Amino acid sequence: MSTRGSTRRTTRRTGRRGTARLLFDEPGPRGRRRIRIATALTVLAGLALAALALRQFAANGQLDADRWRPYGTWPMWRYLLEGLRSTAEAAAVSIALAMAAGVALALGRLSPSRWIRLPSAAYVEVVRTIPALLLVYVVLFALPRYGLDLPLFWKLAVPLSVSNAAAFAEIFRAGIRSVERGQLEAGLALGLTRGRAMQLIVLPQAARRVLPSLVGQSAGLLKDTSLGYVVSYAELLYSGKVLANYNHLLIQTYLVIALIYLVINASLSKLARTLEARQRTRPSRAVREAAPAA
Amino acid sequence: MNVITDHLGEFGDGLLLTVELTLLSLAGALAAGIAVAAARVSPVRVLRAAGMAYVETLQNVPLLVWLVLAVFGLPEIGVMAGLFTTATVVIALYQGAYTAEAIRSGINAVPAGQGEAARALGLTFVQSLRLVVLPQALRTVVQPLGNIAIMTLMNTALAAAVGVVELTAAANRVNLAEAQPIWIFVTAGLGYMALSAVVGLVTGTLERKLAILR
Repeated sequence: MSTRGSTRRTTRRTGRRGTARLLFDEPGPRGRRRIRIATALTVLAGLALAALALRQFAANGQLDADRWRPYGTWPMWRYLLEGLRSTAEAAAVSIALAMAAGVALALGRLSPSRWIRLPSAAYVEVVRTIPALLLVYVVLFALPRYGLDLPLFWKLAVPLSVSNAAAFAEIFRAGIRSVERGQLEAGLALGLTRGRAMQLIVLPQAARRVLPSLVGQSAGLLKDTSLGYVVSYAELLYSGKVLANYNHLLIQTYLVIALIYLVINASLSKLARTLEARQRTRPSRAVREAAPAA
Repeated sequence: MNVITDHLGEFGDGLLLTVELTLLSLAGALAAGIAVAAARVSPVRVLRAAGMAYVETLQNVPLLVWLVLAVFGLPEIGVMAGLFTTATVVIALYQGAYTAEAIRSGINAVPAGQGEAARALGLTFVQSLRLVVLPQALRTVVQPLGNIAIMTLMNTALAAAVGVVELTAAANRVNLAEAQPIWIFVTAGLGYMALSAVVGLVTGTLERKLAILR
């Protein structure tokens, strides 16, 4: 990035960050008029879109107060929050399992022994290109035929862990590779075994560096728990399905559920961004270039 | 093994539908992504805010929720569209949010001098974006866009959950009829792996052809 005087001056004057200085300067009178016109047009387009949506809702009676009133009552929310708790449970267990497997796979891929390295690499490369839903179907319909009928909770948690382990493995691998070789060598020179040196010296540093990606991937896994809809595990989305079948407030129910997901995931993404911004001030840069975009 | 050969037609149809879903939603995602990324770097504050709201809203709600909401909810407010069309549009809009973020990071990677030069030549915002900045930005994000393409391929499987009979749903149907899960699901998995390999190959070729060395 260029840090020539002119660029910096522009940045300071407009007081905006990043993208702003690339495509426009501080606008002159004509530019300001154009921006005002564009603003007005955008607002009009937004209002038109909202009006259209409201008209469709109203024309089909979906705006009637008694179709929305149930969502101001406690029993409805208690039911949905129960679903949210199941979502959180499934997510927490899957995240823990997937992360543990991810660390093992990452270490496996970096192992000096070919007999560990190749199977780990194969697992990651294969699982990364198989949809989670296909794994869910395998657990739902294939395993019971071979005598393995898991409890409902695990029918969701197992495929999610299996598929996300590969993603976590790649994140951890990027983190481990970003830790300078000298760290491991210093550990070995102190007489630690390779395993102990990894555990005590390399992994803690690696985990700290990839923390934002780990939070981002966890938020992705939380979204994946909506596959409970297919499994009939009563997490948030499936609870919504049951509720909508019962009270026939289909749109209202799913909109409320979308809103709940939005609030929770937006907070998690914000956490990831905050962590990343905090790390940017630290010296370790290599990891951001090495880590895949989450 | 003859479970597969007996049902080659179903697998073929499913694979074809997965490919169609993926290609159409990718095209839509690219269009939406460019539009939203342009909005997010524009000098108009309302447009920037709208672009950000789009990305945050789409990315933070699971795709399956969007699919269920669109497929079962839209008819309730009198919007009738085919199942395949609805699924394609929803996946395109969802992936569009991720595409927009990738393109925006590409725009940020274009040296500031390029934009300044474009303005010095008297190009308007849209002209400098279209003629100078975007061509360079898109070249730098071939790899991330390839990852989004693979993610889109994986996500088309969710259309099976709302009734589109693509590869995953086809495999499930064949299994319900034949009850030989191992071969059937392995075949479907191999199908996805082959498609991802093709995406990877295309991305690699594009990357080699288009990369700019800075």
